[in-house]
Amino acid sequence: MTLELFLLLAAGLFAIGLFGALSQMSIVMIMMGLELMLNGVIVATAAFWYYVAPGGTDGQVLIVVVITAMAIEMAAGFAVATAIYRSRQVDMTDDAADLAG
Amino acid sequence: MISVVLFWVLAVAALVFGFLVFRLDSMAQVTFALLASFLAVAGLVLLLGLNYLGVVIVLMMVIEMVIMAVFMIMYMMNPAGLMPMSMFHNAKGSAVIAGMVFVALVAGILLVDWPGRQGEAAPDLTFALGEALMGGQMLTMMTLGVTLFATIVATVVLSTNRGRYDRFGDDLDRDVADDPAGGGVG
Repeated sequence: MTLELFLLLAAGLFAIGLFGALSQMSIVMIMMGLELMLNGVIVATAAFWYYVAPGGTDGQVLIVVVITAMAIEMAAGFAVATAIYRSRQVDMTDDAADLAG
Repeated sequence: MISVVLFWVLAVAALVFGFLVFRLDSMAQVTFALLASFLAVAGLVLLLGLNYLGVVIVLMMVIEMVIMAVFMIMYMMNPAGLMPMSMFHNAKGSAVIAGMVFVALVAGILLVDWPGRQGEAAPDLTFALGEALMGGQMLTMMTLGVTLFATIVATVVLSTNRGRYDRFGDDLDRDVADDPAGGGVG
């Protein structure tokens, strides 16, 4: 176990999440991609805390922030999906391209 | 030795289940694949000695993904995955961008000369975290609290069907609420 291995895992999770967030048509699946990207951030933060600065608590606090961001992202995302579905029966990003271009 | 084996098992599990999220057809399976990826990452966090945060991730993600499963089945056109379908747009371009980002990250990870381990971990990490959140990082904690409260208000406002302007008019001056069905004792 080295810092590099943990960071490679984090990069892999981030890249998979990025692919999902860019390629998925469903709004809910895009949120899954975003969650996967934040999952990678958690791995990288924990590894940096352990291998670089275990003396401080900043790494742990950053993980708390990321976990909170995940919860907020999911709650706000579902609220937006509910609002747009209620007003226009839209659950695909391709139907909600009003601001494109 | 055991920790090395555990690391590889959990790391491969996190990546494979993360990949399956975008390969499976059934929405229920997709949600639980994401949950499995989260649990593997929580295992890695536990492996690094962050017991409290690892358990918090497990508890939060189990609840979050079970709620997510309900929404997934509600909103998706193919909840049971009985018919194969494609939900991608511009899959090739997305794969290229994700691949380029991965290569750039790997280059950075392998080329940077990372600093060595500095300092000793506190004997009780959970206590140290609590002390930081209630002391030096108090501003972070307060910001998180206010943001979470704003999220509660925003989600209720966004997802509510009929708000007070629908019920009491644009100037909120109606004496009796305009509800489709009367309620209460009146």
